[in-house]
Amino acid sequence: MNESLIVSILAASVVAGTPLLFASLGELITERAGITNLGVDGMMLVGAETGFMTAVITGSPWLGVLAALVAGAILALIHAVLCITLKANQVVSGLALTIFGTGLSGYLGKAYVGMRLDNPFVKMPVPGLSEIPILGPVLFNHDPLVYISYVLIIVAALYIYKTRAGLFLRALGENPAAVDAVGVNVFTRRYLYTIIGGALAGLGGAYLSLAYAPCWLENMTAGRGWIAVALVVFALWDPWRALVGSYLFGGVDALGFNLQVLGVSTSIFLLNMLPYIFTILALVLVLIKKEGRLASPQALGLPYDREER
Amino acid sequence: MLSKWGKAILCTVLAGSVLLAGCGGGGAKKDAAKPQGKIKVAFVHNGSVNDGGWTNSHSNGRLQLLKDNKNVEAVYVENVGDGADAERVINQLASQGNKIIFACSFGYMDSMLNVAKKYPDTVFMHCSGYKTAPNMGNYFGRIYQARYLTGMVAGKQTKTNLIGYVAAFPIPEVVRGINAFTLGVRAVNPNAKVKVIWTNTWYDPAKEKQAGLTVLDAGADVLTQHQDTVGPQIAAQERGKYSIGYHMDMSKAAPKAVLTSAVWNWGPFYERVVKQVQDGTWKSGAIWEGMKDNVVDIAPYGPMVPEETKKLVDAAKKDIISGKLNPFAGEIKDQTGKVRVAKGQALGDADLLKMDWFVEGVDGTISK
Repeated sequence: MNESLIVSILAASVVAGTPLLFASLGELITERAGITNLGVDGMMLVGAETGFMTAVITGSPWLGVLAALVAGAILALIHAVLCITLKANQVVSGLALTIFGTGLSGYLGKAYVGMRLDNPFVKMPVPGLSEIPILGPVLFNHDPLVYISYVLIIVAALYIYKTRAGLFLRALGENPAAVDAVGVNVFTRRYLYTIIGGALAGLGGAYLSLAYAPCWLENMTAGRGWIAVALVVFALWDPWRALVGSYLFGGVDALGFNLQVLGVSTSIFLLNMLPYIFTILALVLVLIKKEGRLASPQALGLPYDREER
Repeated sequence: MLSKWGKAILCTVLAGSVLLAGCGGGGAKKDAAKPQGKIKVAFVHNGSVNDGGWTNSHSNGRLQLLKDNKNVEAVYVENVGDGADAERVINQLASQGNKIIFACSFGYMDSMLNVAKKYPDTVFMHCSGYKTAPNMGNYFGRIYQARYLTGMVAGKQTKTNLIGYVAAFPIPEVVRGINAFTLGVRAVNPNAKVKVIWTNTWYDPAKEKQAGLTVLDAGADVLTQHQDTVGPQIAAQERGKYSIGYHMDMSKAAPKAVLTSAVWNWGPFYERVVKQVQDGTWKSGAIWEGMKDNVVDIAPYGPMVPEETKKLVDAAKKDIISGKLNPFAGEIKDQTGKVRVAKGQALGDADLLKMDWFVEGVDGTISK
């Protein structure tokens, strides 16, 4: 393999990984706050559809992104009401929202199927940075949403590990009673992080419909929301590992296609299996090491009830 | 906090809306009001009727049937999964008194066979399968004939002599299409090669586009596909290259890229079957019709296709219709250069239906 081929595989991995990155980062934040959201795929689809529809109607992909964020947030708000206020089963609510989001996006998007988007997000090389050998074309020769994902991941990592609010976020998932005891409102914070998670899932969907594909088709996420959920486990709830995982999951296709072009005989089935094997290994790791930084948030999936403290 | 009743009501409302949205594509939809004396026909689809592909092509066939035959009342159910779901839907349609039921997905075969045994007076038609019963027939189209013609268009258009083929899974139907296309390419351009990229999915526009970009970046300048979305067409348009669509005329999705498309044309077929049932002449069997019967065709050429190519391909189309030209007539060599079909011979339907080897000119492998 020569250098230009490796660069093109890595660059394609970044593009394919970006929708996964947005969605898994959102899910990671939500799960850090102690809420499991299995509605990611539905939220991505609703985001993809509203984003595409808005971009077609207004002519602005940026307004499409805004609409996708709002749409994902609204769906997540339903999840928050059900799981935080009503203390419903989070798995059931999440699954219901995935089905709901799939149906709703299909229904709303009927008229937009197969339509062409005149102004999708296109490549905007970063002046200077894109000329760095290897790193430049791999990281800085993409559309603006990819750059936004870089900023988001840095901000999220700093927020989670370096700020006081981030400390409370981590504590929400570990021991919400302790957060409550220091006078921080567990309910409003969990609402906030659930909604942020949904908005990011919506953004992940919009990346598919406005930049990557760019088109709208029913069910066009092809299960990427579920991959995002798996990625959070793979990442062991760490944003940096989520970044690596997203590009790894995204890169499998790029690698497979390029190997085929080169005529290297390989099983595409085996390649497609790899990320999931990694995820299972990560799960095993979590189960073996129940404490410390590698473990899952201890209060994940448990509704918080002040009277049961 | 909400009271217990408040919670119950909220949950019911949400569950209700979820059900409604989830079944948005589930309920059978009527195209026409029900007057007396009309024959009731039903269609079961695996996709959405406006998916711009496979299901859309069948839906267009239904619309044409309704337009041309005023004694028909048609319903359809879309997004029906294989297995238990399909059996339930087909059973329901039969019990509602539909006289002909068309099931438009390979995966419905056994479900339909089970239901057919219970309703001997109903005619069941299964698309793309191989099982039959006294009241159940199967049907498919010789889309490979259209593939051959689009291959000729691609072979004339390519400058780099490398054509990309984004394909879903290495099953006989897909392999047959790749071979017919390649034979068409090589008939007009013996130096061109067809590079196959497997995506391992029928339906993932982003992934299919990525596969298309990969083969375009490797030097291909025409891209065709066997998928259920327009992803590869969008890839070609984005790179300023050409593409050939499948299922339906895909020029809407990529007007600058699409040269033509290999398309299904189910209207005339559905009209024929319904007429036969109405006249009482329908018989069970396996139907595999082609360009002669107007079941498959190629879409109108894009403005970038030269006149010379159009003339050449139109002439070949006439020959296919008249039976003078058979894409799978010898001499045909496989990838290793071995002669598989001798001069003067042609592959029969049995060989075509289980095709598991590539012809000379295809660059790719079939994983077993």
